[in-house]
Amino acid sequence: MATIIIPTPLRKFTNNTAKLQIAGGTIESSIKELTTNFPDLKRHLLDENGRIRSFVNIFVGDEDIRDLQQEQTLVKDDTVVSIIPAIAGGL
Amino acid sequence: MITIENQAEKIMNDDAVKAFPDECCGFMFGYEDAAGNRVVTGALPINNSAVENRKRRFEIAPKDYMKGERYAAENDVQFLGIYHSHPNHPAIPSEHDRVAAQPYFSYVIISVKEGVIDHARSWVLNENFQFDEEAYNNQLTNTNK
Repeated sequence: MATIIIPTPLRKFTNNTAKLQIAGGTIESSIKELTTNFPDLKRHLLDENGRIRSFVNIFVGDEDIRDLQQEQTLVKDDTVVSIIPAIAGGL
Repeated sequence: MITIENQAEKIMNDDAVKAFPDECCGFMFGYEDAAGNRVVTGALPINNSAVENRKRRFEIAPKDYMKGERYAAENDVQFLGIYHSHPNHPAIPSEHDRVAAQPYFSYVIISVKEGVIDHARSWVLNENFQFDEEAYNNQLTNTNK
């Protein structure tokens, strides 16, 4: 099982769980599994087209999936996936 | 309500003044009681990684964000939110603030006018992805101007 790390602001949607085990496969299937198990997460992770929101970063180990194979990036048993909110703003 | 303890507020205010006329940004840590009242006991300034126009924008790099999560876990405190400054503008969230905002976090905005702290206010995203103001209790500066 792979591990997925939930950031603090999204833990209220995962029963305050910070680390979850997922079956693996790809990032797309992992996120689908996550949002199936925790439906309230969906609108915070995915846009109306079902793609990962632009303000959400997904890292596999230390690498952004945008630098890998995006949603098709492989998730193996020993993979640690981190959901990292993009923190930004301004005037 | 969110209360900013003196030592944390000093770190935040000093960061906002030092960064002026650019925006500063950083993390707030502390605890939350059962009623949802938050107390910020510590703050950690973070590099504003916006590539352009740091007078009007701030960004926190993903690897810097992870420092916040690690700091909270290692120090057994809650990661309560984000602070940033609005140079020469009021402490009211902009559309840029809103679209990137995360649930749960408190967003403290510090208004700095000509390099001097003017006021600060705190905001939390609601279920409709809009900001609600959070009662702000700080000890060093006047609030809610």
